[in-house]
Amino acid sequence: MKIQTKSDLLLKFTIYSGTICAFSVIFSILILLVFLGIPFFKQSGFSFFFDTWNPLQGKYGILPMIYTTFLIALPSVFTAFFLSLGFACFAASTGHRFLKKPAIALIRTASSIPTVVYAFIGVFLIIPFIRNIGPSGSGYSILSASLMLALLISPTMIFFFYDSIIESETSLVKGGLALGATRTETLLYLVIPNAKNGIYAGVFLGMGRAIGDTMISLMLAGNSISYPLSPFESGRTLTAHIGLVMASDYDSPEFGSIFACGILLYLITAVLSIVSKIIYKKTGA
Amino acid sequence: MKIKLFKLFSYLSFFIYSSVLVSFICWLLIKAESPFSKSSIFGNADLVKAILLKEPVFEGLFPAAAGTFLIIVTSMIIAIPAGTGTGIFLSEYANKKTYRFLSVSTDILAGLPSIVTGLFGFSIILLIHKIFEGKGPGFSIAASAFSLSFLVLPYIAKSTEEAMKSTDKELRLTALLLGASKTENIRLVLIPKNLSQILSKILLSVARCAEDTSVIMLTGAVANAGIPGNIFGKYEALPFFIYYTSSQYSSEKELVMAYNASVLLVSICCFLFVLSFLIRKAVFYRQKKNENKN
Repeated sequence: MKIQTKSDLLLKFTIYSGTICAFSVIFSILILLVFLGIPFFKQSGFSFFFDTWNPLQGKYGILPMIYTTFLIALPSVFTAFFLSLGFACFAASTGHRFLKKPAIALIRTASSIPTVVYAFIGVFLIIPFIRNIGPSGSGYSILSASLMLALLISPTMIFFFYDSIIESETSLVKGGLALGATRTETLLYLVIPNAKNGIYAGVFLGMGRAIGDTMISLMLAGNSISYPLSPFESGRTLTAHIGLVMASDYDSPEFGSIFACGILLYLITAVLSIVSKIIYKKTGA
Repeated sequence: MKIKLFKLFSYLSFFIYSSVLVSFICWLLIKAESPFSKSSIFGNADLVKAILLKEPVFEGLFPAAAGTFLIIVTSMIIAIPAGTGTGIFLSEYANKKTYRFLSVSTDILAGLPSIVTGLFGFSIILLIHKIFEGKGPGFSIAASAFSLSFLVLPYIAKSTEEAMKSTDKELRLTALLLGASKTENIRLVLIPKNLSQILSKILLSVARCAEDTSVIMLTGAVANAGIPGNIFGKYEALPFFIYYTSSQYSSEKELVMAYNASVLLVSICCFLFVLSFLIRKAVFYRQKKNENKN
């Protein structure tokens, strides 16, 4: 039997209590959101998730927010995907050797810029630009938000793509070159197909970030509750809805809808991170 | 043809992305008028008196910067023990089944949008209000720090776990063979060995605490609060100041303050990133040197 010193006990205590604390929180977040949402869900059943927003008729569904969230997130992931894939290929392989290191340094800097600063820059640079080119409106639109969002999620995706390209390149490039292919040919026909799991994982990760981001859609998308049809119209996302409604009366059904948004966001991002993890695991095997 | 197009595509995306980003940063730097000068941070107040909290600062960023600093310190007090503790548990104590379950849960927590974490903090405040009928701590530094610490906890846990697992097998077993207990091995060998690696990741999570806006806006950051006397008061913070000013500014002067705040916040985050990067580089260099010696 070993005698345990005080610091040993302290360490053990920290490890166990820290772990218990961390994992109770993960589930208590969902439980607390459901618990506080129950009074509101009782009033209107599950129509919260599928109903439209029309306070005059007593409807407080979050369908417009779900629609806008995807309308902003999907184009931005699409844009960011091509931008990041090109950039990652440039930094990993095709680029000029003097530009590769600065490219990576630039991405490191970009990933350290706070989200709120991106949104702040967007308010004063993107909004006037969109206002000028758009047919009408103030410039606060889903187009501005998704452009800025594409810029925000690119560094995350670039790092993911870059790592998986570098990883499969080291094992493949010599074989490709030996067969007489150029470096770009090897990249296009061997390395990228081989790195595809890492690329998919990066896309899902970027998707999670795009859906979960608050400040950009709050500050750039205009926040009107509607179903925007053209890219120059404004809309409100799930995240922005949570940020905006909290100021209202605590017993109103409007207030209840933020818990519906929270639960939905929790579930969407949980699924996305699990899928991304599973795909990424496949690469390792 | 296809090959050339692809090369063109990669060059094009590099130039588009970097020119947009560089021009954004330059625009911000031009617009900000001397962000690090005394007048931009302390306004007209006396420097020494302001730092000693004897004189309130009205026309400067000092209250916001101090609020951000307090938030970082308070949330790290919770996040560092809980995060490293979880990481050590994951790498040293968990068996296969618990490991799988716990690591999936950390991934979920890591992918959670910060606004949901903020909503969690907000719900806890609501719950406390319901239980104590309006008394008890409400929107405050403590509430924000509590929620923020869960935002960064998964990062600290994951990187601690990775650092612990990267230790050489020989080193891991030596102390145990000499009769040390498991906790002694962790405390005296594994943690000191990987300390700098863990520290570099902790610096990154400090940067995340400093930049995050959506959590603090749901849990207690306000536009005008000055510097709170204790951690149960409302406070100002740099990111919230930027957000608030961008929509509510009334004069050009306020806008310049927001530019200054942005540059200040970006430089704080960049500084932390660079520091963390240098630590990682140093660790890598030292490891290589040791390998060459052997």
